[in-house]
Parts: sequence; C-alpha cells; structure tokens
Amino acid sequence: MERVYFDNSATTKVDPRVLEEMLPFFTEHYGNASSLHSFGQDAYDAMELARERVGAALGTAARDIIFTSGGTESDNLAIQGAAYALASKGRHIITSKVEHHAILHTCQFLETQGFKVSYLPVNEEGWVSPDSLKEAMTKETTLVSIMAANNEIGTIQPVKELAEVAKEGGAIFHTDAVQAMTKVPLDMSKLKIDLLSLSAHKVHGPKGVGALYVRKGVKLRPIIYGGGHERGLRSSTENIPGIVGLGKALEIGMSEMDESVAKMSAVRDRLIEGTLSSVPRSYLNGPRGANRLCNNAHFRFDYIEGEGMILHLDMRGFAASTGSACSTKSLEPSHVLRSLGLKHEQCHGSLRLSLSKFNTMNEAELFIEAIGPVVENLRKMSPLNEKVDYNVATVH
Amino acid sequence: MSPQYTKTVMEHFTNPHNVGEIPDADGIGEVGNPVCGDLMYIYIKVKDDILTDVKFKTFGCGAAIATSSMVTDLARGKTLDEGLKITRKDVADNLGGLPPQKMHCSNLAADGLHEAIHDYLRKQGREPPLPPGAKKEHEEDDHCVVDVDSPIHIEDTVPKP
Repeated sequence: MERVYFDNSATTKVDPRVLEEMLPFFTEHYGNASSLHSFGQDAYDAMELARERVGAALGTAARDIIFTSGGTESDNLAIQGAAYALASKGRHIITSKVEHHAILHTCQFLETQGFKVSYLPVNEEGWVSPDSLKEAMTKETTLVSIMAANNEIGTIQPVKELAEVAKEGGAIFHTDAVQAMTKVPLDMSKLKIDLLSLSAHKVHGPKGVGALYVRKGVKLRPIIYGGGHERGLRSSTENIPGIVGLGKALEIGMSEMDESVAKMSAVRDRLIEGTLSSVPRSYLNGPRGANRLCNNAHFRFDYIEGEGMILHLDMRGFAASTGSACSTKSLEPSHVLRSLGLKHEQCHGSLRLSLSKFNTMNEAELFIEAIGPVVENLRKMSPLNEKVDYNVATVH
Repeated sequence: MSPQYTKTVMEHFTNPHNVGEIPDADGIGEVGNPVCGDLMYIYIKVKDDILTDVKFKTFGCGAAIATSSMVTDLARGKTLDEGLKITRKDVADNLGGLPPQKMHCSNLAADGLHEAIHDYLRKQGREPPLPPGAKKEHEEDDHCVVDVDSPIHIEDTVPKP
C-alpha cells in the first residue's frame, strides 16, 4: 500500500541534503562550540555559518539570530523575555485567540504574574483585523504577538499592517512564523517585526532546534540561565548538528521557495476542489486563495467526528490530522475553530491536510477517491446524520 | 496502526457490530452530547425479559464506536437484569483496555444500554432500578468541560500554569 503523508504542519521529512550536512557533526566535528581548541572551533564555525544562513533567510544580520530548542522555546523567550524586560513600562500584552498554545499558555502564565492580556477575536476566516489591534492598544501595552500564519486553518495574517499598528502604539511586535517560514516572504528589512520565532522541523530540518530573531536594540530577559550562551539569552551547550541542519534547511527552503509554493498551491487547490465537489456537506475552514498557506487544506464534514476519519484514512495509507497534533490528547474542540464561530460538534468533524514539496498531484487524486467512502461510512453510524441542520454561516 | 488502541478496539472500530436503528425499538437509550464529541443511541428489542436485539448509532471517536459495538455484543441474549449489570469496566476490559482519556467512552456505552433498559421498563409501567430523572453515572464525569465564555480552551490533560 502506498503511504501518503499529509501532516506536514505537524512535522516534515528531513531533506536528504540537510541530513548529509548534519552527519559529520555527530561523529567527526563533535566539539563544543565554547571550547578553544580546534574541535571547538570547527563547531563554532559551523554554528556561525548556520547563523548567517538563518539571517539571510530573514533578510537580516546573523547577530540578530538566537538559537533555541524549537518554536515553543522561541515563543516563550519572546513573550516572557519581552514582558519582563519591559514590565517597568507597562504590563499589557495583546495577542489573538487563534495563536498556538506556546503563545496562549505562556500568556496565561503571565496573567498569573500580574500581566494583563487581551486576546483579539478573528473573523470567520481566522483573520485578525489591524483595526481591532488599534482599538485594543493602551499606554500600558508593551508587546503584541500575532502569528504569521495559522497552524490549523492556514490563515496568513496581515503582519505588516499589524506590526505597524503595534509600533505606532509604542509596543514591540512578535510573530510566530513557525508555519510561515519558506512559504510566506518575511523580510525583516521591510517589516517592522521585532521578534520572530521559527522551527527547523517544519521546513525539512531536524526536530529539537529553532531560532528567535531579535531586532537590534530589543531588550529581553532570559528564561534559561547558565553559561551565558547566545548572548546570555539562551544558556546551554549548542545543539550543533541541529543548528547546522536548521541553517541548511532554511538555505534550501528559501532558494527553492517559489517553485515549492507553486507546486504545493496547485496540489492544495486540487485537494480542496476535489474534496468539496465529491463529498456532500463538506466545507473549507479558513480562507481561499492568497490569504491561505500554500500547503494547508482544512475541511469540515457535518455529522461525524474527526478521529474516526483519521483512523480510517490511516488504514488506507493517508496520514492526516484533526487539527493541531499538540491537541490530540484533548477532548475539547480546537480553540481556533471555535474562534471562527463554529459549533462544537462542527469543530469535532474537521480534518487538516498539510502538504510539503514532496507531495504530488497523484497523491491528491488518491485522497479524493478515498475520502468520500470514509465519510459516508462514518455518517451511516452517526445519529446526527439527517437529524441536524447546522444553522451557521459557513465558508464553502 | 494507532499505538493508543488495542487490536480488539481497532477490530470493533473497523468492523463495528450491530450498527443501525431498530425502527420499532422497545427501548432507546440516548447518552452523551455532540458538544463533547460523543453521542450514542442504543436501541433494544425485548422478549420475555431477554434482550433479543441490540443496535447502536454513534457520533464519536474510534473508542466511542468500538465501545458501542462491544456493549451491543455483550448485551445481546442477556436478560434485562444481566444487561443492567454490564459495567463500564466490562466494556473496557473486553476491548483489552482503553487509553485513560478515552475511558469515558466505555462509561457512555454502558450507560446507554442501561438507559435503553430503563426506557423499556418505564414504558412497561415497571419501576426501573433508578428513579426517573436520576443523574446518569456518566454525567458525573468532567471529560467535557467546555467554557464557552473563555477566550481560549485549555485541554484538561495539560496542567494550567
């Protein structure tokens, strides 16, 4: 049975060229980058090359890049680091209701520490309005954090406009770009973004490594203390193989971005068109077209629950998700889908397909053939089928 | 296949037994709530206090479908008293166990059967073991705590900071 991987927003396959570049740093160039001898210098040089590559991917200087263990740590360092560093100026943070839990849970923690957090609503496509940000800004606002693209429904946020509003209000602006990197142009020389989180394993790099872009002059308080690595912001011996992999993955990702985006967009559009036209009572969550990530298709199927779909699709060779992989232990519906105005039972029947450059049009055709019978089979078992008429506005 | 489910759970999920409605059912048990992602209907036919037919329709996850299938298997051919004695643990044990966060599905399935039997007894003018309107056991579970006024929803499994 051919296996098709449509869960690339959870994690991606490591590009063989990335792995090849990483391997010597496990067995030959295994030095500690802080050591003065040549083993250490080899590691240090590789780390600094990676820093340059990450900086180049963002259109900024290498010195603005802090290596971390991944997107979650980058988000924590950005949010906690900025909130505490600026606490004497104000204790108000603004974010949105559709952020990743790495942001939302961190903000909730800060609320227990005396900070006030405003969670901006989104429209039915998951879009944060710059006007709503403007209204929420106060003199106490020190930090605004809005993701560049949503990990569940693929909505690309207007970060350029949002960052400008934040800056005009005197706050610094952070964006979680974990899903957007190598798919959406993010040039720090043109955007008023102060802090940006990214992760290697979403862009065909290894797991366990990420980075935080910190614009020159932005003050952060560290959340990990120790030997003073990464300009004192992130102590811990550097993960050199991972950092090498991150640098290479971003270098490849940026150089091949136009081609990859075009390919993924075409497969995505076929998946959306084919699924909606072949499965009755199926809907698209999130926007269509340019405001949607090129690799995201997120469906809702009335009357059924998502996990059953995942299991049946897996038996047919397709790896997909009901939403965020981080939420699979949760029995509550996605906070992102709820924020769109969907009812709980509608959220439960959602399915996320997320693509990579390795997916093909043929795989999309195979999925379109498979999904109809899966949905039909589950609907036959559902007591909701033909008994419920969901009376909500939907994005079709 | 899914590492969280046993082979027996997957067998029942893949080929569930006794799916469907009984149009002239003698008793119907409705448990769960689609808001939580689980809704079960258990239908029974009864002759001489024997459960001659038991069917189900379920909106829910893999465990919800598997437990529905299992409880119908366990109940078929049993007396009403024996049916009322089928426990949540019986359902889970016969499936080889369930992941902790899915145990509430076995609660729903057993309670659905009990509700169907109660419904039958009430229609017969016989006193069910539980008074009408008594709180169903599964309702004591807090697996589906949904605060619609909260700006964000935090899963139960993640400790709040």
